[in-house]
Amino acid sequence: MQDTQHSGRASSFIEGLLAAPVRLLAALIIPAITLVLLYQSFIFLRDSEANKLTIVLVALLVGIGGVWALYYSTDLMVDTLFSDRWKALIRPFVFVGPAVAVLVFFLVYPVFRSTYLSFFNRTSENFIGFDNYIFALTDPAMLQAARNSVLWMVVVTAFSLIFGLIVAVLADQVRFESVVKSLIFLPMAISFVGASVIWRFVYAFVPAGRDQIGLLNAIWVWLGGEPIGWLIQQPWNNFMLMIVLIWLQTGFSMVLISAAIKSVPEDIKQAARIDGANEIQVFFRIVIPTIRPTLVTVATTVLILTLKVFDIVWVMTNGNFGTEVVASRMIKEIARFRDFGRGSAIAVILLLATIPVMVYNIRSFRETEQTR
Amino acid sequence: MKSYSIQKLLSGGIVRFVLIFIAVVWTLPSFGLLISSLRAEDDIKQSGWWTATPSQFTFENYERVLGNEGMDVAFLNSLAVAIPSTIIPITIAAFAAYAFAWMEFPGRKWLFIMVVGLLVVPLQMSLIPVLQIYTQWDLNGTYLSVWLAHTGFGMPLAVYLLFNYISTLPRELMESASLDGASHFTTFVRLVLPLSVPAIAALSIFQFLWVWNDLLVALVFLGGTPDVAVVTQKLQELVGSRGQDWHLLTAGAFITMTLPLVVFFSLQRYFVRGLLAGSVKG
Repeated sequence: MQDTQHSGRASSFIEGLLAAPVRLLAALIIPAITLVLLYQSFIFLRDSEANKLTIVLVALLVGIGGVWALYYSTDLMVDTLFSDRWKALIRPFVFVGPAVAVLVFFLVYPVFRSTYLSFFNRTSENFIGFDNYIFALTDPAMLQAARNSVLWMVVVTAFSLIFGLIVAVLADQVRFESVVKSLIFLPMAISFVGASVIWRFVYAFVPAGRDQIGLLNAIWVWLGGEPIGWLIQQPWNNFMLMIVLIWLQTGFSMVLISAAIKSVPEDIKQAARIDGANEIQVFFRIVIPTIRPTLVTVATTVLILTLKVFDIVWVMTNGNFGTEVVASRMIKEIARFRDFGRGSAIAVILLLATIPVMVYNIRSFRETEQTR
Repeated sequence: MKSYSIQKLLSGGIVRFVLIFIAVVWTLPSFGLLISSLRAEDDIKQSGWWTATPSQFTFENYERVLGNEGMDVAFLNSLAVAIPSTIIPITIAAFAAYAFAWMEFPGRKWLFIMVVGLLVVPLQMSLIPVLQIYTQWDLNGTYLSVWLAHTGFGMPLAVYLLFNYISTLPRELMESASLDGASHFTTFVRLVLPLSVPAIAALSIFQFLWVWNDLLVALVFLGGTPDVAVVTQKLQELVGSRGQDWHLLTAGAFITMTLPLVVFFSLQRYFVRGLLAGSVKG
């Protein structure tokens, strides 16, 4: 274990003097070895043709051991090389440094870089001014994607909130509450790709005259309709895709809303009842206003998620039949067309759309900070 | 306590009916997938899954998807991607969360506001710049590339959630540790980490599910290299190449879901707790 700044001054000074060269050496060599090892494993993990198991084991070793060694050795270095005053100043950065470095590398720098690239052509070589933005804001396909995205944000957010609220309120009153909630929450564990396959199967289409294999067409035909290709009927196919996300997200809003409803104090509701309020008034005048912060949190979380979702469109229709959304178009620009200029411009537009939520989050964080 | 509320207006029967109806609607799609994955190819193509009888069930589809279609390799790849992508960011985030909660340093507030701001920055923003750097470093198509990417993209939420938890540990505890002569490193390892196990568990489940279920990051950074493809990529390819082969798609989809469902059912309590800590406070 290491010395600390709190141990007895005099004795630690003498010990320190004797041990100084050794400690100094250790403080320099250990971090150096750690860095070399980390770099070597980086190269190994990048270039190795070794079998998967070896690579994963090395990764776990480096991932856990290496990261810890990095913290331990830099902490040791700070302990040894600096005076107490500097230690107190520098040590926090040993703790936050790696996280901040990662954030800057993977999120902060890319924001600026993407903005910069959005003014260049597809290969990022020639400056073309606002052309990519003009494309993004006037191209008919982009406009349709933008309309669809807005529709997604409104419909998915509204319905996951409403269903979440309904289930949270109703389940609160029955004995099998936890079973119902588990079943509705379960899709949260399923990937968007998996969910898309599940729903493609629900929407499956077989020409009239044969047995339907998709659940929805089977019900539809049983009710007396002609089988429908749900995923190609414009514009309704958009709603068919949104249902997948609503199905996935309702569990999330249900859990949060349910917790909020349970935390509304019973005596406030009781007081309102004594004043003559009926249950509906209690619900809309007491419960809803009390859980408003939670509703806002849920709404913004789902809103942001909806803005970013591309997988569902990608898997179910590949953006055909008028179902493209902004996020899926952006991935197409990168992965299929290799147009980094247009891709970046669309990314910047997505970022701009999230800025109100970002500002709201920061503002409410600062408010809670002040009351802490 | 509960029985006062809306029950008076909506009789219990209606409430129960509506709830059971919603629960059934929510469950049927997954249930149909599971049943279909166990039916022979011809059966699936000729009749609806609701007509199936258990005597028809077969594991043939699973054998084909795992063997011929390469889902077995993809499953291992997903594990290889997801485990380090869960452990590395959470370790780094825990150190940072401790510093934000219990250390004084210039810029503390502003750095944390940066974290809060980055919570909602769309991943899409980072793809192209990171892809370009990876190309320069020759990293595309390696596990390492996705581990690092998930470390970066998971970091804001990880720091934020762990900070929420670690900052509520009692102040007296930290002060007495410091009076006993424990350094920050010792306090963190011996005291804060063990006390934070519930939060770390919740966050690990999150991050693991998020990485396991991710398609975007895998597609962009592993896209051109088939032998490292993860389950979501594999399933997505299957939809593209054999969109009407429901016997393979249903089995394939169910394989991708197995591990998340196991994690989910065994650790649901932690998962819910994590959700609440992450969002209600925010």
